[in-house]
Amino acid sequence: MLQALLDFWGQHAPVLSVLLPSFTAMAHLLLGDHAGLSALGGGHHHGRLRWRRWLGLASTALGLVMAIGLLWRAHGGELTVYELGEWPAPFGIVMVVDRLSALMLTLTYVVALPVLWYACGGWDTRGRHFHAVFQFQLMGLSGAFLTGDLFNLFVFFEVLLIASYVLLLHGLGRERLRMGVHYVVLNLTASALFLIGLAMVYSTTGTLNMADAALHVARLDSDALWLAQSAALVLLVVFGLKAALVPLYFWLPGTYAAASAPVAALFAIMTKVGVYSIVRVHWVIFGVDAGAASLTAADWLLPLALTTSVLGVFGALASHSLGRLVAYLTVSSVGTILAGVALFTPETLSAALYYTLHSTVVIAGLFLFVELMASQRGATYDRLQPAPAVREPVLLGVMMLFGAASAAGLPPLPGFLGKLMILESSAGLPGQAWVWTVVLVVGFLTIVGLARAGVVVFWHVQPDENVHASGSSPKLLASAWAFMAVTVAMAVFAAPIKAYTDAAAQQLTDKAGYAAAVLGRQGGADLRTTLPYDGSRGPFRRGDAAPVESPLAPSIEENKP
Amino acid sequence: MISMEFLLASGIGLVTACGIYLLLRGRTFPVVLGLSLIGYAVNVFIFVMGRLWTDAHPILVGQELVADPLPQALVLTAIVIGFATTGFVIELALRNRHESGSDHVDGHEPGHAVGYVAPGGTAPGASDHGGRA
Repeated sequence: MLQALLDFWGQHAPVLSVLLPSFTAMAHLLLGDHAGLSALGGGHHHGRLRWRRWLGLASTALGLVMAIGLLWRAHGGELTVYELGEWPAPFGIVMVVDRLSALMLTLTYVVALPVLWYACGGWDTRGRHFHAVFQFQLMGLSGAFLTGDLFNLFVFFEVLLIASYVLLLHGLGRERLRMGVHYVVLNLTASALFLIGLAMVYSTTGTLNMADAALHVARLDSDALWLAQSAALVLLVVFGLKAALVPLYFWLPGTYAAASAPVAALFAIMTKVGVYSIVRVHWVIFGVDAGAASLTAADWLLPLALTTSVLGVFGALASHSLGRLVAYLTVSSVGTILAGVALFTPETLSAALYYTLHSTVVIAGLFLFVELMASQRGATYDRLQPAPAVREPVLLGVMMLFGAASAAGLPPLPGFLGKLMILESSAGLPGQAWVWTVVLVVGFLTIVGLARAGVVVFWHVQPDENVHASGSSPKLLASAWAFMAVTVAMAVFAAPIKAYTDAAAQQLTDKAGYAAAVLGRQGGADLRTTLPYDGSRGPFRRGDAAPVESPLAPSIEENKP
Repeated sequence: MISMEFLLASGIGLVTACGIYLLLRGRTFPVVLGLSLIGYAVNVFIFVMGRLWTDAHPILVGQELVADPLPQALVLTAIVIGFATTGFVIELALRNRHESGSDHVDGHEPGHAVGYVAPGGTAPGASDHGGRA
């Protein structure tokens, strides 16, 4: 029985990681949710609520186990390709699990599980259908990380965005609705741009499969090349908005600060979807060995990334509330990550990936911590003003110190290791002076900002005022501690994790291997099947002359063996 | 004679320009209209990226000329997603108008503080659903 289940998983692993949250979400919808409306069976009827919570937690835990399974498979270097409906790529849609996908999927679930546990402490009853939407969000995230097709990437972006619109509004209130309008309108505009970029990629390469597009882009020249490069830059705008790159980050601080604590913590992974897409499109398809289209985004990415890092930390210094401060740290960390990506070497990408893991977990933990702390400060909440002392200064102080030290990059925490790796790998590269200066100055300013916040919160107390705050519930604390534990584990197991990210970055440079795995049935890296459609038809295999000379694929003749 | 390509390209450009203009307005209703217009322009844009064909079959028929079917499938997906998100953003704009008492995208009238109610306007969060958070 168990063996049969394992075999089934082995055959369908990639798609199961998407289907599991989707089916769980549907089950949640069928169970119904009438939170707070006791007349409809909600409110004090806790039986169903308990069912919903356990269903959500069990499904997310199973998702984590499956993600680790995929990670284990990808660890050996094997590329798992899943052809939906058995249609071979590039004609059908494929899901591809390589080291990077598996790593990001695991990171998603490592963040999602403690966040869901935290939300089960009460947030999930402050609005309807929290659990269903949470699972849809996981479905979108898993799909975006696992798909091997650009249009499917768009579709899963939409799934995760629609879920995030609803999650952002969870709990309602004027501020959330206000930020919600901005967030939704911005993202819908970005989606329109995404479609324009994809349409241009399709018109120049005749394909939307990532492996196939990477092969075709390298062969383009003249007009088609210009169009493809414009498409790459349009897509950079789209992914830059998701990743909160300068000048497209203004939506993030307000939105994340307005979101409820568990939602903000889960959103820590959302900016990384943008980073992941930049790696997939600009690092691989328009990357180092993409012929004339090589390094299309390189001129833009590094200056923008470094500016993001600096402006993010300035925002953190200027914040009036702890929620906004952590949100600005998110922006700043994205800048540091993208600086590693923008240097376009496997070593810097590997360092950036390690830093991604660390910063996502730390920021998610800090968002939860902010709410735990703010709820003990009475009406002042998370604003950085003198307020009554928190009830548990030692416990919360240690957590704050821990999170701050890790975010700023003090040894021996993984933030330090991540930044050190970025510095080390960028040595000798053209942008080294800029990268070193920015990373070190930003690290220092992060310490200043967090120290200022810590001083106000823990030392500038007004002893006269009486606030009847109870201590934090152990259940809520557990999830914040879980993030701390993961951070420590990342420092302890830094060597194997770094070896893995090294291998992941190396794997991304091997376009021929990727093409052989995805398009193997069609001829791998020598594939000549898809072209921009020009009305001509007929058998066109490798070695055949093109039936009609296509004006958009002039390089076909020269590449003929 | 104007070529089909020129007509479509300038048409898409015009609709996009109108969409961007509306998107930059301060009230939620023009913004939603702007999003829809941009959506239409993008849909036609995807369609055109499969080249323009006259007198071609939409699907494979014998050896005769066919139009590229893939952009049509892509447009279909984009239309469905755009329809759903437009519905959502309208609902969100209505709810925002209800909670804040203003249909400005920033949630308050320009020049007034958050929560200001214009004379004769509805008080924010007037119904029993408001402000449950």
